[in-house]
Amino acid sequence: MADEPRKLCLIASKGSLDMVYPALILANAARMSGIETHMFFTFWGLDVVNKKKIKKINIASVGNPAFSMAPYAPWLKIPTWLGILPGMSHIATWMMNMEIKKLDFPPIPEFMEMIVDAGANVYGCKMSMDMMNLTEEDLIDGAVVLGAMEFMEISEGSNIIFI
Amino acid sequence: MSEKVMLETIEWDADGFMVDNSAWTEEIGTVIAGDLGITLTDRHWIVINFSRDVFTNDGDAPTLRKITKQTDVNTKELYALFPGGAAKIAAKIAGLPKPTGCI
Repeated sequence: MADEPRKLCLIASKGSLDMVYPALILANAARMSGIETHMFFTFWGLDVVNKKKIKKINIASVGNPAFSMAPYAPWLKIPTWLGILPGMSHIATWMMNMEIKKLDFPPIPEFMEMIVDAGANVYGCKMSMDMMNLTEEDLIDGAVVLGAMEFMEISEGSNIIFI
Repeated sequence: MSEKVMLETIEWDADGFMVDNSAWTEEIGTVIAGDLGITLTDRHWIVINFSRDVFTNDGDAPTLRKITKQTDVNTKELYALFPGGAAKIAAKIAGLPKPTGCI
């Protein structure tokens, strides 16, 4: 093991379910391993720390060439044009949430609570928040506003993952 | 047997987890914890005993989520009880292999 304590910074820039979970799982795994963890939520990723949006994170059914019904019918490839049908995103989200639940992973709001309780530092990107007219009041408990330059200081010497 | 001798007689894997978990006793757990700078309290024992029960039944150390869901120890307390990586430290003290769960 390295002598220097490890430090992990995750930049979460996406607001779709399949892009949010990897960031949360990695942050949580880092905390479980005793690694100092910082999560910077920017652009669409900001929804994850937005009280009003955190419960409404869906899968994008359009523009994902890997989109399929893998757990139920791995052989069934869903053509991307089908993704535009009304309700497709909701159906896909519902299905994935069912699968996630089976693995005993918590839904995103509970997962974020767990990560904050586990001692990860959670930030909302100042610039994105200004752009979307949000203030710290709009953020979930435990999240604070942070500018990009401050993030540079915090992330010094750390592993950085951009999702 | 002094604590140092006790730790020396135990076989460890490369990451510092006990190889033979059946050789574990509460006394060994206390010594491992002491070596990590942790003084065990009743709250620690809830987690340790639960972890050992789960391991006996499932063959795998419980995930932190399982611990927080099935005992009255919540996430914050769990991290406070086992500073420096709750999942790993708790398993180490309980004489179990490194947990494999992702949550």
